[in-house]
Amino acid sequence: MADIPEDILRRSAEARAKAEGRPVEEVLAEMTGEAPAASSPAEPAPAETEPAPAPAPPETAPAAPPVASGNGGIDVAALSVETGVPEAILLRATRARAKHDGLPDPTIATPAGGGTAVATAPPPTTTAPAPAPAVPEGVRTQRLLTVVKAGAIQQVKREPTDKVSVWPHLLAIEFVALLVILVVLTAVSIFVDAPLLEFANFNEQPNPSKAPWYFLGLQELLAYFDPMVAGVFIPTFGLIALMFIPYVDRNPSIRPSDRKLAIMIFTFFIVAAAILTIFGSFFRGPGFNFVFPWRDGIFFDDLLTILD
Amino acid sequence: MAEGNGNGGITGLLNDLSEQFRSSQVWTSIFRPGSPFRGGYSDTPRNRSYVVMNNVMYHLHPVKVKRHGVRLSYTLCLGGLSFFLFVVLTITGIFLMFYYRPTSPQAYIDIQALATDVAFGQFVRNMHRWGAHLMVLTVFLHMTRVFYHGAYKPPREFNWVVGVILLLLTLLLSFSGYLLPWDQLALWAFTVGSTMGSYAPVFGDSVSFALIGGVQISADTLLRWYVLHVLFLPFIIVLFMSVHFWRVRKDGGVSGPL
Repeated sequence: MADIPEDILRRSAEARAKAEGRPVEEVLAEMTGEAPAASSPAEPAPAETEPAPAPAPPETAPAAPPVASGNGGIDVAALSVETGVPEAILLRATRARAKHDGLPDPTIATPAGGGTAVATAPPPTTTAPAPAPAVPEGVRTQRLLTVVKAGAIQQVKREPTDKVSVWPHLLAIEFVALLVILVVLTAVSIFVDAPLLEFANFNEQPNPSKAPWYFLGLQELLAYFDPMVAGVFIPTFGLIALMFIPYVDRNPSIRPSDRKLAIMIFTFFIVAAAILTIFGSFFRGPGFNFVFPWRDGIFFDDLLTILD
Repeated sequence: MAEGNGNGGITGLLNDLSEQFRSSQVWTSIFRPGSPFRGGYSDTPRNRSYVVMNNVMYHLHPVKVKRHGVRLSYTLCLGGLSFFLFVVLTITGIFLMFYYRPTSPQAYIDIQALATDVAFGQFVRNMHRWGAHLMVLTVFLHMTRVFYHGAYKPPREFNWVVGVILLLLTLLLSFSGYLLPWDQLALWAFTVGSTMGSYAPVFGDSVSFALIGGVQISADTLLRWYVLHVLFLPFIIVLFMSVHFWRVRKDGGVSGPL
């Protein structure tokens, strides 16, 4: 039998012992295969014919022989004993294979031993072969079909990670962060009024006229390039380039030391955008000409209203 | 002596009442099992899981996260704060909508009236404006944080794309609100910004016409950008945010440690 963890086996044995009204130790010994308990008549395989001790055992034991009679039928019960695979699953697998190969159902062809084959010949109409197990009223039984260890069928690469509960560890931090930003925003809103200049006047353009601060980098570019390049091509290309980063950067590593080029390029553009924005905000005056903010004053309405 | 006992008795009684109330059918129907607001809550690992798992919170967070992910210095909460600011902007924005008419002289007058006639009007408008600037900043910083952590790498590529769209939508939301006060600052900042669209090759004039709702900026432009600002763009951004948050959960939460 497969190498089943001790505690699972133990729990399973206790459950079965409770259901069958036998001592735990006996059932456990039987399940581990150490001592095929003398008192209980041979149960062929641990997984086969579940807790049906009272009526079944005497018949199931000799039910093994009827192998391959008739047209090459397969004795599922015998196979089950041999391989330790539950009978119902074997039965289904055999039928499925036969159906797939276009052969007649091999399991039907063994009407050999009349009443003996409890498990071998469940009439093809019903699939569940279990003859109502003698379980006391109100007791739930569960059958452990098989225990498949994680490494047995697939290589599990994931290492156990160090994890913490979101509540309270993460949610508490997030809540505090939220409170902090709310306090900051409230404080700023109490002391600094949002700007409101004179009524909109189409005939009087202020000099300079500047876009909102997050577009001032683009407006700065307008001073160097053709409007079509600075106003359309560069922002469009920039956005598309941003979106394509994950598909261009095929380097799987996330360690900064492995990604020097990517970090360099990204940082270059971020810094360039920041410089352009700062330049457009503070170093451009009337006519969008170059000024020194400390000499000629600040021409940045958003900020000016804050400073007032 | 009597006072001491009386206080203890009242506190005890209140505790009993509160416990009874929090175990009532109405209350327990509101807060699902495992909620700390329910009566008889105990701080067990099972309940800690339930707090998230049995809750709308499960849409945003898994039950457990990698330990490095909760370090404040790892994410700086920038994504969460961007979302929180969006909520703040929605609430303050709804407040402002009650007092604002997007028509030509009236818009400006209404903004002025916020400062003089409306209780907390100026304060809420300030919050809306500074919150919007702050949100542009947090969204941008969130993007750079994600880049430097390489958090856009498989399987998170598409969520990065959604994030870039969200950045664009945030800028558009902020920009569309810029025009609404209908003062000199709004008008000319908007003029400069929207003129850029007219530089588009071939169909630049059509883009410009669609953006300002005519050949010249007018009260029609105001209405157009008002609708964009309070309805259209928020609707679109909520759609993309939903996808964004969903993918954060499905793509494996916070990225690995550096």
